[in-house]
Amino acid sequence: MAKEKMTTEVLCQEKLAEGIYSLWLNAGKMAAEAVPGQFISIYSSDASRLLPRPISLCEIDSEGGRLRVVYRVAGAGTEEFSQLKQGDFVDILGPLGNGFPLKEAEGKRVLLIGGGIGIPPMLETAKALRGKAELTSVLGYRDSQLFLQTAFAACGAAEVATEDGSAGTKGNVLDAVREKGLTGDLIFACGPKPMLRALKAYAAETDIKCYLSLEERMACGIGACLACVCQSKDVDEHSHVHNKRICKEGPVFCAEEVELL
Amino acid sequence: MKMKVNLAGVELKNPVMEASGTFGSGAEYGEFVDLNRLGAVVTKGVANVPWPGNPTPRIAETSSGMLNAIGLQNPGIDVFAARDIPFLKKYDTKIIVNVCGKTTEDYLEVVERLGDEPVDMLEINISCPNVKEGGIAFGQDPKAVEAITKACKAHAKQPVIMKLSPNVTDIVVMAKAAEAGGADVISLINTLTGMKIDVNRRCFALANKTGGLSGPAIHPVAVRMVYQVANAVKVPVIGMGGIKNWEDAMEFILAGASAVAVGTANFHNPYATTEIIDGIAGYMERNGVEDIRELIGAVK
Repeated sequence: MAKEKMTTEVLCQEKLAEGIYSLWLNAGKMAAEAVPGQFISIYSSDASRLLPRPISLCEIDSEGGRLRVVYRVAGAGTEEFSQLKQGDFVDILGPLGNGFPLKEAEGKRVLLIGGGIGIPPMLETAKALRGKAELTSVLGYRDSQLFLQTAFAACGAAEVATEDGSAGTKGNVLDAVREKGLTGDLIFACGPKPMLRALKAYAAETDIKCYLSLEERMACGIGACLACVCQSKDVDEHSHVHNKRICKEGPVFCAEEVELL
Repeated sequence: MKMKVNLAGVELKNPVMEASGTFGSGAEYGEFVDLNRLGAVVTKGVANVPWPGNPTPRIAETSSGMLNAIGLQNPGIDVFAARDIPFLKKYDTKIIVNVCGKTTEDYLEVVERLGDEPVDMLEINISCPNVKEGGIAFGQDPKAVEAITKACKAHAKQPVIMKLSPNVTDIVVMAKAAEAGGADVISLINTLTGMKIDVNRRCFALANKTGGLSGPAIHPVAVRMVYQVANAVKVPVIGMGGIKNWEDAMEFILAGASAVAVGTANFHNPYATTEIIDGIAGYMERNGVEDIRELIGAVK
């Protein structure tokens, strides 16, 4: 899969919830090559902000050559992206990293779990598995400002948890899994580290195979700078220590493979 | 138009290489640029044994720059020699191996091991600010600089580049110490030690607390230091620090550098190295410069 840096046109931008934005980009060939769980890096137009922001793909329209990212405004870079309007141009690098192992999920009962800004990367995964696996999505939000929930519901069962209890189960995604008695053969998940740590433990306890999508601060996004490593159980192939590169070997890892310290 | 430059008997097809640590051993950026076009590939620092590096977060963006505290994660010389050198040998470019160590013996073990390998030059990293032992400890005292240079020279089969730290009172003193120790080439600057604090979380942005500042923010500091050093030593100088385009690279050459290294710019633009080579060629053509060597130190 050839990675490239390209200038893309903004097709539309929409605010989904407080601080959560959805951006559709005209990405041509890159959209045709991207797979669910991969990410792109988006560059600031302000040259004083050197590093591109890695953001997971939320939807991939391979035929139409369009990519969708849904992101949270977390700083000056994403604040700038939130101001992009239809017809604006933005540079991106991609497609980066490896996606979820979709083949492994076919014909199985799959729990797709997303927490907060870890929800968007699960959507294309849900769409890709729709009709091929028995899907239950579990979506964790801070409050009743839900986003993308209806899109997940269109792919299968979708449960909601909110921290403040204003919608669905009060608590986190695991509280929802337990309250609703959800189970499966496979878990695919993305979200904040404490959530992933809890899921890793839950998967080990219940003997469910689990794949997690991780994030870390990145510079190059392609495996050269060694900034975005996570601790791995086994010796990694690149540096022969216990550090896998999230951008290159990940961002999706088998839960047993990584130590979420 | 001639773009060839000579570093201690090693002829580079052009003066542009990338800076150690920003480019791995070339495999990743080879998907974006033709490595055959580079004057040399400078590898990530390699030690005698694998190093795990520092905890994350290892980087933080700053205005026109970035801090890094990778901590020289590397696979050690055995894996490097078996995997990365054969990879680079497939390309028509010079191979410069960056060598790091915690002790003099560590450095010498790698230097000796590389003696029988098909690499063109060694760059001795005595300037990494992100490791507790070794690295910069060898680069902040002129006696230590001279001693480690002398030791590496005594064991090296290839020409030795000493990479200097800007985190010193007078970099000219260190450059002269490296020259006195027998350095064939001097490269500068490594990163400037910095710190960033996340005010919302009231914590350090980097797990290591401090990191090395790189990027356009440090370019004027680097140009000044390269100018000072190039005017104080007889050996060739490789200039680096915050190059983002060909103009920045030309400043180093006019200041006295025989070659330049492009680092952080790769993260912003994976095509930076070859664009800079083309930019320098365009500048020479527009200005009727036949040989790049006419421009080395040509600032008036």
